[in-house]
Amino acid sequence: MKMHTINININGHKESLEVSSNLTLLHMIREELALTGTKNGCEAGECGACTVMVNDEPVNSCMVLAIECDGADILTIEGLTASGELNKLQKSFMKLNAIQCGFCTPGMLLSAYALLQRNPNPTESEIKEALVGNLCRCTGYERIIQAVQDAVSE
Amino acid sequence: MVNPLPRLPQFEYIRMDSVEKTVSFLKDKQDEARPLLGGTDLFVVMRDRRLHPKFLVDLKHLDGFKTLTFDNKKGLTVGAAVSLNQLISSKEVQKHFPVLAQAAKQVGGYQLRNRATLVGNLCNASPCGDTIGPSMIYNGKANVVGPSGERVIPLNGFFTGPGQTSLEIGEIVQSLSFPLPPKGSKGTYLSIGRNKLSDLAMAAVTVSAFPNEKSTSGFHFRIALSAVAPTVIYVKEAQELLADQPINDTTIEKAAQIARRVCKPIDDIRASKAYRREMIYTLTLRGLHEVWKSLQS
Repeated sequence: MKMHTINININGHKESLEVSSNLTLLHMIREELALTGTKNGCEAGECGACTVMVNDEPVNSCMVLAIECDGADILTIEGLTASGELNKLQKSFMKLNAIQCGFCTPGMLLSAYALLQRNPNPTESEIKEALVGNLCRCTGYERIIQAVQDAVSE
Repeated sequence: MVNPLPRLPQFEYIRMDSVEKTVSFLKDKQDEARPLLGGTDLFVVMRDRRLHPKFLVDLKHLDGFKTLTFDNKKGLTVGAAVSLNQLISSKEVQKHFPVLAQAAKQVGGYQLRNRATLVGNLCNASPCGDTIGPSMIYNGKANVVGPSGERVIPLNGFFTGPGQTSLEIGEIVQSLSFPLPPKGSKGTYLSIGRNKLSDLAMAAVTVSAFPNEKSTSGFHFRIALSAVAPTVIYVKEAQELLADQPINDTTIEKAAQIARRVCKPIDDIRASKAYRREMIYTLTLRGLHEVWKSLQS
């Protein structure tokens, strides 16, 4: 199998990797870079557990090829605490118990983070719309929405 | 961890530096190569082993493919690699082609729409593709390039069956063009899925209308039905009724009944034939009332 060299900037670190054409960004992050905060849920672009930021926009990393990310800036959930301090969204999720099993949480946090980047003061319906692509099977979403609202008011 | 989901099968990722080289490669490799835009449909069918191309030819970096332009005379042009989010956030699309933005918002979640494209949604040619009805109703045309040159295909004749288009091997859609809608145009896209926002449509209706002196009713209506036939279909009989007779509750009711009669739904995993038929009636009724109300306001 032919391998291709790609260079990426992930959570502020430069990495050079050898990837095959069929390696998805999700598998590269989890298995080549051992950053397992990004979760593998449906691998069909539906559940949002694998959400990461590529060049400041959220994507389903299961639906992106690693090779397409040559030269890209990637932010995963690990990068949200790069400074050592939790992001305000993470603090609000903890404060309001917006987490049960936690599997959807990294994707939820990154979708919410992306929302606040483009709209620092979202309404409740804007929060709901922004999180449509992130499924949670435990919480019923109420706490998650409240946590995002809480982070906005911080 | 045991992963129950198989990985993408092996293929070779290809990037050409020009449109000419891209179409010539696609023509040479025939069924072995597929063009790649967002990949949000393609990767799913490949992972399920329903399609196994040897080559994926990325089109996203090709010159002009990520460009969305609007001109007050020429209308809208959407490059093949323009993402649905790029389309939805365009002020001109919101103002002049609101139904297209409304339908595009129904596709997946925000992060999926950062990858998914309008051209990809059309070329995938699913009978339930959310953007197909509005693209047809806005008189969209596909600007196609292939080994024997360029041609323009009106979207009204573009779809030939589920997953089938009139594109020939080696041909790709470079962009879509939409003329400015007639003055006073109103429209809506109503779909029903298993959940409110992100699911594939079990049935959907696009309705548009504009004042038209040529018709007896004074209006020209168009009704397109999705997910209830091998391709998105117009309800010509209902459109004629609403051109020839005054628009009121009775004619709107009749038009919705015609839509229910002429659609050809199937039973599948998402809904039954009978349910789809009833939903087409309900959505057409709602859509016509909504559009008629906004025409009068």
